Amino acid sequence: MSVLALEQALNGLQFGLMLFLLAAGLTLVFGVMDMINLAHGSLYMVGAFLGAWIAGLTGSFTAGIVGAVLGTAAFGMALESSLLRSLYARDHLSQVLATFALILIINDGTRMVFGNDLPLSAPAALDGPVVLLPGLSYPAYRLVIIGAGLALALLLWLLVTKTRMGALVRAGASNREMATAMGVDIKRLFTVVFGIGAGLCAVAGVLMGPLLAVQVGMGENILILAFVVIVIGGIGSIRGALVGALLVGVVDTFGRTVLQALFREFLPPQMASAAGPAVASVAIYVFMAVVLAVRPQGLFPARG
Amino acid sequence: MRSFAKHLALGATLATLVAALLLPPVLHSFGAGYYVSTAGRVLVFAIAATSLNLVLGYGGMVSFGHAAFFGLGAYATGVLVSEGVLNGGVHLVATVALTALAALVIGAISLRTRGVYFIMITLAFGQMLFYLANSIKGYGGDEGLNIRARSLLVPGIDLKDANHFYYVALAVLAATLFGLHAFVRSRFGRAVVAIRDDELRAEALGFATYRMRLAVFVAAGAIAGIAGALSVNQQGYVSPNLLHWTQSGTLMVMVILGGVASLWGGVLGAAVLVLLQESLSAYTRHWEFWTGWVLLAVVLFARRGLAGWLARAGGSGR
Repeated sequence: MSVLALEQALNGLQFGLMLFLLAAGLTLVFGVMDMINLAHGSLYMVGAFLGAWIAGLTGSFTAGIVGAVLGTAAFGMALESSLLRSLYARDHLSQVLATFALILIINDGTRMVFGNDLPLSAPAALDGPVVLLPGLSYPAYRLVIIGAGLALALLLWLLVTKTRMGALVRAGASNREMATAMGVDIKRLFTVVFGIGAGLCAVAGVLMGPLLAVQVGMGENILILAFVVIVIGGIGSIRGALVGALLVGVVDTFGRTVLQALFREFLPPQMASAAGPAVASVAIYVFMAVVLAVRPQGLFPARG
Repeated sequence: MRSFAKHLALGATLATLVAALLLPPVLHSFGAGYYVSTAGRVLVFAIAATSLNLVLGYGGMVSFGHAAFFGLGAYATGVLVSEGVLNGGVHLVATVALTALAALVIGAISLRTRGVYFIMITLAFGQMLFYLANSIKGYGGDEGLNIRARSLLVPGIDLKDANHFYYVALAVLAATLFGLHAFVRSRFGRAVVAIRDDELRAEALGFATYRMRLAVFVAAGAIAGIAGALSVNQQGYVSPNLLHWTQSGTLMVMVILGGVASLWGGVLGAAVLVLLQESLSAYTRHWEFWTGWVLLAVVLFARRGLAGWLARAGGSGR
């Protein structure tokens, strides 16, 4: 049981870290620019497709990641400076309409260029399991995802807390008008921030590609989870996004395993098999509702 | 001057109604009878979008889970039909009761939050119901539920017939619009709009803001449920995808496209979006791509939706 729990904890950590990569950019756009960007999931999809395409051409997974990050970051910055920038001052409804339109355009555009899906498999060297403890072997590829996620989280933390750019971003999230009044060029700063966020989406997209599937529409479901993460964590807070993402990852994974096991234990089999999956998927949203009921601004509110 | 505008509006409404009544025979006379069912689809979405406009436009509550009520209504009626209960009156009562109850629970919790948190929590509730619909294996699970029979209304009306369905849906839409029109003019409606514009002031004036907003939320949920019940009768099919957040997004797009807090906004948005989809998909597989560009153009150039743009083009200056 403890081995199972450890394995599930690792799965939760892995999923949570990937959610964090998506949520980091989203929370800054939401927190600093007060912008609802439904098309954030599309960047994740674009990254995955670029990665799968380049990896297919070159035969190198690493080249796929690097190419996807650069390409998606460039795409994100182009998108931000051409269109999204003009939406910052508009109300949330206009932002919803515009970015929903972007989802349609980017989904179908991806379909035109790459088709409905692309194959992407993990590098052969990482195919097998690794024995972590006696009785616990864990897929090497998932360990690499955890490592990459942790490294990027650390890097982002350093960027936000130790650099001048990070200080400017935090100032913007806490009070945008004041930061602007102090002479921060929020607009230009934000194009760069958006590019970084897009690059992180691409990393998550390519790394998750072999586990899920690289297909059109992959961004829509994970986008909602990313929103749940930043609402739980507190809009605009990178630290909140990390904590929220890990919590959601763990709740999701345990919902899928532990809750379902409990259901099988205590309910008649027919009811358990019907209710189990639903409860697992619903667990995250119940969790979010509880957090909002207790702390309406999320766990780590960024607004000062 | 004002009475002239009033007469003009009344005339336009009557003309629209007559045109809507004449549409099926006209389509048939042009040998385009197939499009009657497309028109029926427009009506169903128009009802759902109008109900969302009630909460979102007039109530100021940006609900991002409205498709859940639409889907719930479709399931309520679909499940009853598949169980052999065909009485349309029973369907109506069950659909309204279930969706109103769901909206009461969801609204009671969600309305404690504000702003983007309200958007996100309604979204979360919508997704919960989406996953719930996926898990009811007895009624199709993630594959959805096919029904062979239809709701029986009065003898002589067969909802499988596209023309019959069209007129039933038209009657429901007309009733919805009339209800919305009466609501906006009522004391209650004015109070709800006042709450939207300044909640603190409305509260200070002694309005029970929470309860009033909740009442609007519940009413809109029930209307969306009726639209869902119509939808399952038209398609003969209900699937969890009706409850997915992208459906809520589509309804929201219809409202914003047509015109927020405008009587005809939901109708206009639903008509434009459905017809855009129909006409584009005749020419290209990639209709989503071009629809997206049209929507973007609307955001950038018609800031108050099509209704606002039409009103300005019409010179009424509103």
